[in-house]
Amino acid sequence: MIRGWRLFFEEITKITRFSLRFFRSVFKLPLDVNELFRQCYSIGYKSFPLVAITGFIMGLVLTIQSRPTLAEFGAESWLPAMVSVSIIREIGPVITALIFAGKVGSGIGAELASMKVTEQIEAMEVSGMNPFKYLVVTRIIATTLMLPILVIAADAIALYGGYMGVNLKANVNIHLFFSSVFDKLCFMDIFPALIKTVFFGFAIGLIGCFKGYHSGKGTQGVGESANYSVVFASLSVFIIDMMAVQITSLFL
Amino acid sequence: MVKIEHLKISFADKTILKDISLSLKKGENLVILGKSGSGKSVLIKCLVGLIAPTEGSVMLFEKNIFDLGEDDLNLLRKKVGFLFQSAALYDSMTVRENLEFQLRYSKSLSEFEKGELVRSMLASVGLEESMDKMPSELSGGMQKRVGLARTLITSPEIVLYDEPTTGLDPFTSREISKLILEVQKKYNTASIIITHDVECAKSTANRILILKNGAFIAEGSFKELNESTDKEIQPFFNQ
Ligand SMILES: Nc1ncnc2c1ncn2[C@@H]1O[C@H](COP(=O)(O)OP(=O)(O)OP(=O)(O)O)[C@@H](O)[C@H]1O
Ligand SMILES: [Mg+2]
Repeated sequence: MIRGWRLFFEEITKITRFSLRFFRSVFKLPLDVNELFRQCYSIGYKSFPLVAITGFIMGLVLTIQSRPTLAEFGAESWLPAMVSVSIIREIGPVITALIFAGKVGSGIGAELASMKVTEQIEAMEVSGMNPFKYLVVTRIIATTLMLPILVIAADAIALYGGYMGVNLKANVNIHLFFSSVFDKLCFMDIFPALIKTVFFGFAIGLIGCFKGYHSGKGTQGVGESANYSVVFASLSVFIIDMMAVQITSLFL
Repeated sequence: MVKIEHLKISFADKTILKDISLSLKKGENLVILGKSGSGKSVLIKCLVGLIAPTEGSVMLFEKNIFDLGEDDLNLLRKKVGFLFQSAALYDSMTVRENLEFQLRYSKSLSEFEKGELVRSMLASVGLEESMDKMPSELSGGMQKRVGLARTLITSPEIVLYDEPTTGLDPFTSREISKLILEVQKKYNTASIIITHDVECAKSTANRILILKNGAFIAEGSFKELNESTDKEIQPFFNQ
Protein backbone atom coordinates (compact mmCIF):
# COMPACT_ATOMS: atom_id res chain seq x y z
CA MET A 1 0.00 0.00 0.00
CA ILE A 2 2.68 2.46 1.07
CA ARG A 3 4.80 1.22 -1.79
CA GLY A 4 1.96 1.93 -4.16
CA TRP A 5 1.67 5.52 -2.98
CA ARG A 6 5.39 5.98 -3.21
CA LEU A 7 5.42 4.77 -6.79
CA PHE A 8 2.52 7.07 -7.52
CA PHE A 9 4.31 10.14 -6.18
CA GLU A 10 7.54 9.16 -7.90
CA GLU A 11 5.64 8.95 -11.16
CA ILE A 12 4.10 12.38 -10.54
CA THR A 13 7.54 13.82 -9.83
CA LYS A 14 8.94 12.31 -13.01
CA ILE A 15 6.14 13.56 -15.20
CA THR A 16 6.43 17.03 -13.68
CA ARG A 17 10.12 17.06 -14.46
CA PHE A 18 9.34 15.83 -17.96
CA SER A 19 6.90 18.67 -18.54
CA LEU A 20 9.36 21.23 -17.15
CA ARG A 21 11.89 19.90 -19.61
CA PHE A 22 9.29 20.39 -22.32
CA PHE A 23 8.76 24.02 -21.38
CA ARG A 24 12.50 24.61 -21.23
CA SER A 25 13.00 23.09 -24.70
CA VAL A 26 10.01 24.62 -26.37
CA PHE A 27 11.32 28.16 -26.06
CA LYS A 28 14.81 27.21 -27.13
CA LEU A 29 14.96 27.79 -30.86
CA PRO A 30 15.18 26.47 -33.47
CA LEU A 31 12.06 24.39 -33.52
CA ASP A 32 11.93 21.72 -36.19
CA VAL A 33 9.05 23.20 -38.17
CA ASN A 34 8.97 20.52 -40.85
CA GLU A 35 8.62 17.79 -38.30
CA LEU A 36 5.98 19.82 -36.46
CA PHE A 37 3.87 20.06 -39.62
CA ARG A 38 4.31 16.39 -40.27
CA GLN A 39 3.12 15.58 -36.76
CA CYS A 40 0.17 17.96 -37.03
CA TYR A 41 -0.81 16.21 -40.22
CA SER A 42 -0.53 12.71 -38.86
CA ILE A 43 -2.01 13.56 -35.46
CA GLY A 44 -4.70 15.99 -36.52
CA TYR A 45 -5.75 15.34 -40.06
CA LYS A 46 -5.68 11.59 -39.78
CA SER A 47 -7.88 11.64 -36.69
CA PHE A 48 -10.50 13.71 -38.43
CA PRO A 49 -12.66 10.90 -39.91
CA LEU A 50 -12.93 9.14 -36.57
CA VAL A 51 -13.74 12.35 -34.76
CA ALA A 52 -16.28 13.30 -37.43
CA ILE A 53 -18.15 10.01 -37.18
CA THR A 54 -18.29 10.07 -33.39
CA GLY A 55 -19.36 13.70 -33.48
CA PHE A 56 -22.22 13.00 -35.81
CA ILE A 57 -23.47 10.02 -33.82
CA MET A 58 -23.10 11.96 -30.59
CA GLY A 59 -25.36 14.75 -31.81
CA LEU A 60 -27.90 12.42 -33.35
CA VAL A 61 -28.19 10.10 -30.37
CA LEU A 62 -28.27 12.86 -27.80
CA THR A 63 -31.17 14.49 -29.63
CA ILE A 64 -33.12 11.29 -29.96
CA GLN A 65 -32.58 10.44 -26.30
CA SER A 66 -33.49 13.89 -25.01
CA ARG A 67 -36.69 14.28 -26.96
CA PRO A 68 -39.01 12.13 -24.79
CA THR A 69 -38.00 13.91 -21.58
CA LEU A 70 -38.51 17.33 -23.08
CA ALA A 71 -41.74 16.21 -24.72
CA GLU A 72 -43.09 15.27 -21.30
CA PHE A 73 -42.80 18.87 -20.28
CA GLY A 74 -44.07 20.06 -23.61
CA ALA A 75 -40.75 21.72 -24.24
CA GLU A 76 -39.77 20.13 -27.52
CA SER A 77 -38.94 23.51 -28.98
CA TRP A 78 -36.06 23.62 -26.48
CA LEU A 79 -34.48 20.57 -28.03
CA PRO A 80 -31.95 22.36 -30.29
CA ALA A 81 -30.81 24.68 -27.53
CA MET A 82 -30.47 21.94 -24.95
CA VAL A 83 -28.60 19.61 -27.25
CA SER A 84 -26.23 22.31 -28.43
CA VAL A 85 -25.41 23.49 -24.93
CA SER A 86 -24.62 19.96 -23.76
CA ILE A 87 -22.52 19.26 -26.80
CA ILE A 88 -20.51 22.43 -26.77
CA ARG A 89 -19.97 22.74 -23.07
CA GLU A 90 -19.28 19.19 -22.16
CA ILE A 91 -19.89 16.23 -24.39
CA GLY A 92 -18.11 17.44 -27.50
CA PRO A 93 -14.80 18.28 -25.82
CA VAL A 94 -14.75 15.29 -23.50
CA ILE A 95 -15.80 12.58 -25.96
CA THR A 96 -13.51 13.92 -28.66
CA ALA A 97 -10.63 14.10 -26.19
CA LEU A 98 -11.26 10.52 -25.11
CA ILE A 99 -11.31 9.30 -28.70
CA PHE A 100 -8.18 11.32 -29.33
CA ALA A 101 -6.49 9.82 -26.27
CA GLY A 102 -7.36 6.36 -27.52
CA LYS A 103 -6.08 6.92 -31.01
CA VAL A 104 -3.26 9.40 -30.69
CA GLY A 105 -2.14 8.87 -27.09
CA SER A 106 -1.63 5.15 -27.57
CA GLY A 107 -0.01 5.75 -30.95
CA ILE A 108 2.54 8.14 -29.52
CA GLY A 109 3.17 5.90 -26.53
CA ALA A 110 3.76 2.83 -28.69
CA GLU A 111 5.82 4.62 -31.32
CA LEU A 112 8.22 6.27 -28.90
CA ALA A 113 8.45 3.14 -26.79
CA SER A 114 9.43 1.00 -29.74
CA MET A 115 11.99 3.60 -30.76
CA LYS A 116 13.35 3.47 -27.26
CA VAL A 117 13.47 -0.31 -27.19
CA THR A 118 15.25 -0.60 -30.54
CA GLU A 119 17.85 2.00 -29.48
CA GLN A 120 16.66 4.54 -32.05
CA ILE A 121 16.33 7.24 -29.41
CA GLU A 122 19.85 6.49 -28.20
CA ALA A 123 21.03 6.65 -31.80
CA MET A 124 19.60 10.15 -32.11
CA GLU A 125 21.17 11.11 -28.82
CA VAL A 126 24.65 10.02 -29.84
CA SER A 127 24.41 11.93 -33.06
CA GLY A 128 23.89 15.05 -30.97
CA MET A 129 20.36 15.44 -32.32
CA ASN A 130 18.39 16.16 -29.16
CA PRO A 131 15.66 13.55 -29.61
CA PHE A 132 13.62 15.21 -26.89
CA LYS A 133 13.17 18.23 -29.04
CA TYR A 134 12.70 16.36 -32.27
CA LEU A 135 10.35 13.67 -31.00
CA VAL A 136 8.70 14.95 -27.85
CA VAL A 137 8.38 18.70 -28.26
CA THR A 138 6.91 18.47 -31.77
CA ARG A 139 4.37 15.84 -30.71
CA ILE A 140 3.20 17.71 -27.63
CA ILE A 141 2.80 20.94 -29.58
CA ALA A 142 0.93 19.05 -32.29
CA THR A 143 -1.57 17.47 -29.88
CA THR A 144 -2.06 20.79 -28.09
CA LEU A 145 -2.83 22.60 -31.31
CA MET A 146 -4.80 19.89 -33.06
CA LEU A 147 -7.24 18.79 -30.38
CA PRO A 148 -9.02 22.18 -30.10
CA ILE A 149 -9.42 22.23 -33.88
CA LEU A 150 -10.77 18.70 -33.89
CA VAL A 151 -13.18 19.59 -31.10
CA ILE A 152 -14.52 22.57 -33.05
CA ALA A 153 -15.04 20.32 -36.05
CA ALA A 154 -16.65 17.63 -33.91
CA ASP A 155 -18.98 20.19 -32.31
CA ALA A 156 -20.07 21.47 -35.69
CA ILE A 157 -20.71 17.99 -37.02
CA ALA A 158 -22.49 17.01 -33.82
CA LEU A 159 -24.81 20.00 -34.21
CA TYR A 160 -25.57 18.83 -37.70
CA GLY A 161 -26.26 15.38 -36.25
CA GLY A 162 -28.59 17.09 -33.81
CA TYR A 163 -30.38 18.77 -36.66
CA MET A 164 -30.90 15.39 -38.33
CA GLY A 165 -32.14 14.01 -35.01
CA VAL A 166 -34.67 16.80 -34.62
CA ASN A 167 -35.91 16.17 -38.14
CA LEU A 168 -36.65 12.53 -37.52
CA LYS A 169 -39.85 13.41 -35.72
CA ALA A 170 -40.47 16.99 -36.73
CA ASN A 171 -39.88 19.19 -39.68
CA VAL A 172 -37.52 22.00 -38.78
CA ASN A 173 -35.59 23.80 -41.43
CA ILE A 174 -31.88 24.24 -40.99
CA HIS A 175 -32.00 28.03 -40.54
CA LEU A 176 -34.54 27.76 -37.81
CA PHE A 177 -32.54 25.03 -36.10
CA PHE A 178 -29.30 26.93 -36.08
CA SER A 179 -30.88 30.22 -35.14
CA SER A 180 -32.49 28.62 -32.10
CA VAL A 181 -29.11 27.04 -31.29
CA PHE A 182 -27.18 30.31 -31.44
CA ASP A 183 -29.88 32.21 -29.61
CA LYS A 184 -29.17 30.21 -26.52
CA LEU A 185 -25.40 29.84 -26.81
CA CYS A 186 -23.29 32.52 -25.24
CA PHE A 187 -19.62 33.32 -24.99
CA MET A 188 -19.33 31.60 -21.63
CA ASP A 189 -20.54 28.37 -23.20
CA ILE A 190 -17.98 28.33 -25.94
CA PHE A 191 -14.85 29.94 -24.60
CA PRO A 192 -14.13 27.91 -21.44
CA ALA A 193 -14.93 24.73 -23.33
CA LEU A 194 -12.32 25.58 -25.93
CA ILE A 195 -9.72 26.55 -23.37
CA LYS A 196 -10.01 23.24 -21.64
CA THR A 197 -9.45 21.33 -24.85
CA VAL A 198 -6.03 22.97 -25.08
CA PHE A 199 -5.21 21.43 -21.73
CA PHE A 200 -6.69 18.09 -22.77
CA GLY A 201 -4.48 18.09 -25.86
CA PHE A 202 -1.41 19.00 -23.86
CA ALA A 203 -2.08 16.30 -21.26
CA ILE A 204 -2.66 13.60 -23.88
CA GLY A 205 0.54 14.47 -25.75
CA LEU A 206 2.54 14.80 -22.56
CA ILE A 207 1.45 11.49 -21.12
CA GLY A 208 1.88 9.59 -24.38
CA CYS A 209 5.38 10.99 -24.84
CA PHE A 210 6.32 10.46 -21.21
CA LYS A 211 5.20 6.86 -21.19
CA GLY A 212 6.88 6.14 -24.50
CA TYR A 213 10.11 7.97 -23.80
CA HIS A 214 10.55 6.22 -20.47
CA SER A 215 9.39 2.85 -21.66
CA GLY A 216 10.65 -0.33 -20.04
CA LYS A 217 12.70 -2.92 -21.85
CA GLY A 218 11.43 -5.24 -24.54
CA THR A 219 8.16 -5.80 -26.31
CA GLN A 220 6.34 -5.87 -23.02
CA GLY A 221 7.53 -2.34 -22.36
CA VAL A 222 6.01 -1.18 -25.65
CA GLY A 223 2.66 -2.77 -24.81
CA GLU A 224 2.62 -1.28 -21.34
CA SER A 225 3.52 2.17 -22.63
CA ALA A 226 0.71 2.14 -25.15
CA ASN A 227 -1.70 0.84 -22.58
CA TYR A 228 -0.81 3.26 -19.77
CA SER A 229 -0.78 6.16 -22.21
CA VAL A 230 -4.45 5.64 -22.98
CA VAL A 231 -5.47 4.91 -19.41
CA PHE A 232 -3.70 7.87 -17.83
CA ALA A 233 -4.50 10.25 -20.67
CA SER A 234 -8.21 9.43 -20.41
CA LEU A 235 -8.10 9.77 -16.66
CA SER A 236 -6.37 13.11 -16.91
CA VAL A 237 -9.05 14.31 -19.33
CA PHE A 238 -11.68 13.71 -16.67
CA ILE A 239 -9.60 15.30 -13.94
CA ILE A 240 -8.88 18.41 -16.00
CA ASP A 241 -12.54 18.57 -16.96
CA MET A 242 -13.59 18.50 -13.34
CA MET A 243 -11.19 21.30 -12.47
CA ALA A 244 -12.26 23.32 -15.49
CA VAL A 245 -15.91 23.08 -14.47
CA GLN A 246 -15.06 24.25 -10.95
CA ILE A 247 -13.07 27.18 -12.26
CA THR A 248 -15.66 28.33 -14.80
CA SER A 249 -18.42 28.11 -12.22
CA LEU A 250 -16.54 30.71 -10.18
CA PHE A 251 -17.07 33.19 -12.97
CA LEU A 252 -20.73 32.52 -13.58
CA MET B 1 41.28 11.91 -27.94
CA VAL B 2 39.69 9.41 -25.58
CA LYS B 3 40.76 8.85 -22.02
CA ILE B 4 39.01 6.65 -19.50
CA GLU B 5 40.18 6.46 -15.92
CA HIS B 6 39.22 3.91 -13.28
CA LEU B 7 35.81 3.38 -14.74
CA LYS B 8 33.37 1.26 -12.80
CA ILE B 9 29.85 0.45 -13.93
CA SER B 10 27.25 -1.42 -11.92
CA PHE B 11 23.61 -2.17 -12.58
CA ALA B 12 21.62 -2.66 -9.38
CA ASP B 13 24.08 -4.81 -7.43
CA LYS B 14 25.79 -6.41 -10.42
CA THR B 15 29.16 -4.93 -11.33
CA ILE B 16 29.79 -5.19 -15.07
CA LEU B 17 33.03 -3.22 -15.36
CA LYS B 18 35.40 -3.02 -12.41
CA ASP B 19 38.37 -0.83 -13.13
CA ILE B 20 38.82 0.19 -16.71
CA SER B 21 41.42 2.65 -17.89
CA LEU B 22 42.36 3.29 -21.46
CA SER B 23 43.49 6.03 -23.73
CA LEU B 24 43.29 6.43 -27.45
CA LYS B 25 45.41 8.62 -29.67
CA LYS B 26 44.47 10.37 -32.86
CA GLY B 27 44.74 8.08 -35.86
CA GLU B 28 44.76 4.92 -33.80
CA ASN B 29 42.51 1.86 -34.23
CA LEU B 30 41.92 0.09 -30.95
CA VAL B 31 40.23 -3.30 -31.02
CA ILE B 32 38.49 -4.62 -27.93
CA LEU B 33 37.93 -8.35 -27.69
CA GLY B 34 35.80 -10.03 -25.07
CA LYS B 35 33.28 -12.77 -24.56
CA SER B 36 29.59 -12.15 -25.10
CA GLY B 37 28.16 -10.44 -22.05
CA SER B 38 31.52 -9.18 -20.81
CA GLY B 39 30.35 -5.59 -21.00
CA LYS B 40 31.83 -4.34 -24.26
CA SER B 41 28.67 -2.62 -25.42
CA VAL B 42 28.17 -1.12 -21.98
CA LEU B 43 31.71 0.26 -22.11
CA ILE B 44 31.35 2.09 -25.40
CA LYS B 45 27.87 3.33 -24.55
CA CYS B 46 29.41 4.86 -21.47
CA LEU B 47 31.97 6.57 -23.68
CA VAL B 48 29.27 8.67 -25.32
CA GLY B 49 27.33 9.25 -22.13
CA LEU B 50 24.44 6.89 -22.78
CA ILE B 51 25.22 5.03 -19.57
CA ALA B 52 26.46 6.85 -16.51
CA PRO B 53 29.40 5.26 -14.70
CA THR B 54 29.26 4.40 -11.02
CA GLU B 55 32.80 5.68 -10.59
CA GLY B 56 35.56 7.07 -12.75
CA SER B 57 35.74 9.57 -15.56
CA VAL B 58 35.41 9.62 -19.33
CA MET B 59 37.26 12.29 -21.26
CA LEU B 60 36.57 13.01 -24.93
CA PHE B 61 38.62 15.72 -26.58
CA GLU B 62 40.06 16.59 -23.16
CA LYS B 63 36.62 17.21 -21.68
CA ASN B 64 34.89 15.17 -19.02
CA ILE B 65 31.62 14.33 -20.73
CA PHE B 66 29.69 13.93 -17.51
CA ASP B 67 30.47 17.52 -16.52
CA LEU B 68 29.10 18.99 -19.72
CA GLY B 69 25.69 20.57 -20.14
CA GLU B 70 23.24 19.20 -22.67
CA ASP B 71 24.18 21.59 -25.48
CA ASP B 72 27.93 21.19 -25.07
CA LEU B 73 27.55 17.44 -24.93
CA ASN B 74 25.53 17.47 -28.14
CA LEU B 75 28.19 19.54 -29.89
CA LEU B 76 30.81 17.08 -28.80
CA ARG B 77 28.72 14.09 -29.81
CA LYS B 78 28.50 15.44 -33.33
CA LYS B 79 32.22 14.77 -33.63
CA VAL B 80 31.79 11.17 -32.51
CA GLY B 81 30.38 8.39 -34.68
CA PHE B 82 28.69 5.44 -33.05
CA LEU B 83 27.71 2.23 -34.78
CA PHE B 84 25.17 0.33 -32.73
CA GLN B 85 25.41 -3.43 -32.43
CA SER B 86 21.77 -3.57 -33.52
CA ALA B 87 22.29 -0.92 -36.25
CA ALA B 88 19.39 1.04 -34.66
CA LEU B 89 18.09 2.45 -37.93
CA TYR B 90 15.14 4.83 -37.72
CA ASP B 91 12.45 2.47 -38.92
CA SER B 92 9.93 5.11 -39.93
CA MET B 93 12.36 6.56 -42.46
CA THR B 94 13.80 5.23 -45.70
CA VAL B 95 17.49 4.42 -45.96
CA ARG B 96 18.13 7.75 -47.65
CA GLU B 97 16.26 9.65 -44.94
CA ASN B 98 18.18 7.77 -42.28
CA LEU B 99 21.41 9.17 -43.66
CA GLU B 100 19.99 12.59 -44.40
CA PHE B 101 18.76 12.85 -40.84
CA GLN B 102 22.33 13.01 -39.60
CA LEU B 103 22.84 16.10 -41.76
CA ARG B 104 19.49 17.60 -40.91
CA TYR B 105 20.75 20.61 -38.99
CA SER B 106 24.02 21.04 -40.81
CA LYS B 107 24.02 24.38 -42.57
CA SER B 108 27.35 24.10 -44.35
CA LEU B 109 25.98 21.77 -47.04
CA SER B 110 23.43 22.54 -49.74
CA GLU B 111 20.57 20.13 -50.40
CA PHE B 112 22.32 18.94 -53.54
CA GLU B 113 25.58 18.29 -51.70
CA LYS B 114 23.72 16.40 -49.01
CA GLY B 115 22.11 14.20 -51.65
CA GLU B 116 25.43 13.49 -53.29
CA LEU B 117 27.06 12.71 -49.96
CA VAL B 118 24.30 10.26 -49.08
CA ARG B 119 24.66 8.58 -52.45
CA SER B 120 28.41 8.22 -52.18
CA MET B 121 28.25 6.93 -48.59
CA LEU B 122 25.74 4.29 -49.59
CA ALA B 123 27.84 3.35 -52.58
CA SER B 124 30.84 2.82 -50.34
CA VAL B 125 28.92 0.18 -48.36
CA GLY B 126 27.51 -1.27 -51.59
CA LEU B 127 23.90 -0.30 -51.04
CA GLU B 128 23.25 2.44 -53.53
CA GLU B 129 20.29 0.64 -55.04
CA SER B 130 18.56 0.18 -51.67
CA MET B 131 18.38 3.91 -51.15
CA ASP B 132 14.59 4.18 -51.13
CA LYS B 133 13.84 1.01 -49.20
CA MET B 134 12.61 0.97 -45.63
CA PRO B 135 14.93 -0.59 -43.04
CA SER B 136 12.45 -3.42 -42.48
CA GLU B 137 12.91 -4.48 -46.10
CA LEU B 138 16.65 -5.00 -45.62
CA SER B 139 18.49 -8.04 -44.31
CA GLY B 140 20.34 -7.83 -41.00
CA GLY B 141 23.69 -7.43 -42.71
CA MET B 142 22.37 -4.73 -45.01
CA GLN B 143 20.96 -2.85 -42.03
CA LYS B 144 24.34 -3.05 -40.39
CA ARG B 145 25.96 -1.56 -43.49
CA VAL B 146 23.42 1.25 -43.62
CA GLY B 147 24.15 1.87 -39.95
CA LEU B 148 27.81 2.11 -40.83
CA ALA B 149 27.15 4.57 -43.63
CA ARG B 150 24.99 6.62 -41.28
CA THR B 151 27.74 6.65 -38.68
CA LEU B 152 30.43 7.78 -41.09
CA ILE B 153 28.47 10.36 -43.06
CA THR B 154 29.29 13.17 -40.67
CA SER B 155 33.05 12.38 -40.94
CA PRO B 156 33.48 12.01 -37.19
CA GLU B 157 36.85 12.40 -35.52
CA ILE B 158 36.28 9.50 -33.17
CA VAL B 159 34.38 6.43 -34.33
CA LEU B 160 33.07 3.71 -32.05
CA TYR B 161 32.13 0.50 -33.82
CA ASP B 162 30.11 -2.10 -31.93
CA GLU B 163 30.69 -5.33 -33.86
CA PRO B 164 30.79 -3.86 -37.35
CA THR B 165 31.23 -7.18 -39.15
CA THR B 166 29.11 -9.51 -37.06
CA GLY B 167 26.53 -11.30 -39.15
CA LEU B 168 28.22 -10.50 -42.44
CA ASP B 169 29.72 -12.97 -44.89
CA PRO B 170 33.55 -13.11 -45.12
CA PHE B 171 33.55 -11.17 -48.34
CA THR B 172 31.46 -8.27 -47.07
CA SER B 173 33.35 -8.36 -43.76
CA ARG B 174 36.56 -7.78 -45.65
CA GLU B 175 34.98 -4.85 -47.47
CA ILE B 176 33.87 -3.34 -44.17
CA SER B 177 37.30 -3.81 -42.62
CA LYS B 178 38.77 -2.10 -45.63
CA LEU B 179 36.31 0.74 -45.25
CA ILE B 180 37.25 1.16 -41.59
CA LEU B 181 40.90 1.38 -42.57
CA GLU B 182 40.12 3.83 -45.33
CA VAL B 183 38.25 6.10 -42.95
CA GLN B 184 41.14 5.96 -40.54
CA LYS B 185 43.63 6.92 -43.24
CA LYS B 186 41.52 9.56 -44.88
CA TYR B 187 40.34 11.49 -41.84
CA ASN B 188 42.97 10.38 -39.34
CA THR B 189 40.21 9.23 -37.00
CA ALA B 190 40.61 7.50 -33.69
CA SER B 191 38.46 4.37 -33.51
CA ILE B 192 37.45 1.77 -31.02
CA ILE B 193 36.31 -1.42 -32.69
CA ILE B 194 34.52 -4.13 -30.80
CA THR B 195 34.59 -7.40 -32.63
CA HIS B 196 34.75 -11.17 -32.45
CA ASP B 197 36.00 -11.39 -35.98
CA VAL B 198 39.71 -12.26 -35.98
CA GLU B 199 40.12 -11.27 -39.61
CA CYS B 200 38.65 -7.85 -38.91
CA ALA B 201 40.83 -7.44 -35.82
CA LYS B 202 43.88 -8.49 -37.78
CA SER B 203 43.37 -6.06 -40.59
CA THR B 204 42.18 -3.05 -38.60
CA ALA B 205 43.91 -3.15 -35.22
CA ASN B 206 46.89 -1.07 -34.23
CA ARG B 207 46.42 -2.27 -30.69
CA ILE B 208 44.19 -4.88 -29.05
CA LEU B 209 42.73 -5.02 -25.55
CA ILE B 210 41.07 -8.09 -24.11
CA LEU B 211 38.23 -7.60 -21.67
CA LYS B 212 37.43 -10.26 -19.12
CA ASN B 213 35.55 -10.19 -15.82
CA GLY B 214 35.20 -6.44 -15.97
CA ALA B 215 38.86 -5.60 -16.54
CA PHE B 216 41.43 -5.66 -19.30
CA ILE B 217 43.61 -8.75 -18.98
CA ALA B 218 45.90 -8.24 -21.95
CA GLU B 219 47.13 -5.56 -24.28
CA GLY B 220 49.29 -5.73 -27.38
CA SER B 221 49.48 -5.76 -31.13
CA PHE B 222 47.66 -8.44 -33.10
CA LYS B 223 50.94 -10.28 -33.68
CA GLU B 224 51.94 -10.30 -30.02
CA LEU B 225 48.61 -11.56 -28.77
CA ASN B 226 48.20 -14.03 -31.60
CA GLU B 227 51.49 -15.68 -30.70
CA SER B 228 50.74 -15.67 -27.00
CA THR B 229 50.45 -19.02 -25.29
CA ASP B 230 48.37 -17.65 -22.44
CA LYS B 231 45.24 -19.79 -21.90
CA GLU B 232 43.13 -16.69 -21.37
CA ILE B 233 44.17 -15.12 -24.63
CA GLN B 234 44.47 -17.99 -27.07
CA PRO B 235 40.76 -18.84 -27.41
CA PHE B 236 40.12 -15.45 -29.02
CA PHE B 237 42.54 -16.16 -31.83
CA ASN B 238 42.19 -19.87 -32.58
CA GLN B 239 38.90 -19.98 -34.34
N1 LIG C 1 20.62 -1.49 -18.96
C1 LIG C 1 21.09 -2.59 -18.34
N2 LIG C 1 20.61 -2.93 -17.13
C2 LIG C 1 21.09 -4.01 -16.49
N3 LIG C 1 22.05 -4.81 -16.96
C3 LIG C 1 22.56 -4.54 -18.15
C4 LIG C 1 22.12 -3.41 -18.92
N4 LIG C 1 22.81 -3.37 -20.07
C5 LIG C 1 23.64 -4.43 -20.04
N5 LIG C 1 23.51 -5.13 -18.89
C6 LIG C 1 24.29 -6.31 -18.52
O1 LIG C 1 25.63 -6.01 -18.75
C7 LIG C 1 26.33 -7.16 -19.21
C8 LIG C 1 27.15 -6.80 -20.41
O2 LIG C 1 26.32 -6.44 -21.50
P1 LIG C 1 26.91 -5.99 -22.90
O3 LIG C 1 25.77 -5.71 -23.77
O4 LIG C 1 27.90 -4.92 -22.68
O5 LIG C 1 27.66 -7.30 -23.40
P2 LIG C 1 28.61 -7.42 -24.66
O6 LIG C 1 29.97 -7.60 -24.15
O7 LIG C 1 28.38 -6.31 -25.58
O8 LIG C 1 28.11 -8.78 -25.29
P3 LIG C 1 27.84 -9.15 -26.82
O9 LIG C 1 29.14 -9.53 -27.41
O10 LIG C 1 26.93 -10.31 -26.73
O11 LIG C 1 27.23 -7.96 -27.46
C9 LIG C 1 25.27 -8.21 -19.49
O12 LIG C 1 25.39 -9.21 -18.49
C10 LIG C 1 23.97 -7.51 -19.36
O13 LIG C 1 23.06 -8.35 -18.72
MG1 LIG D 1 27.50 -6.01 -27.33
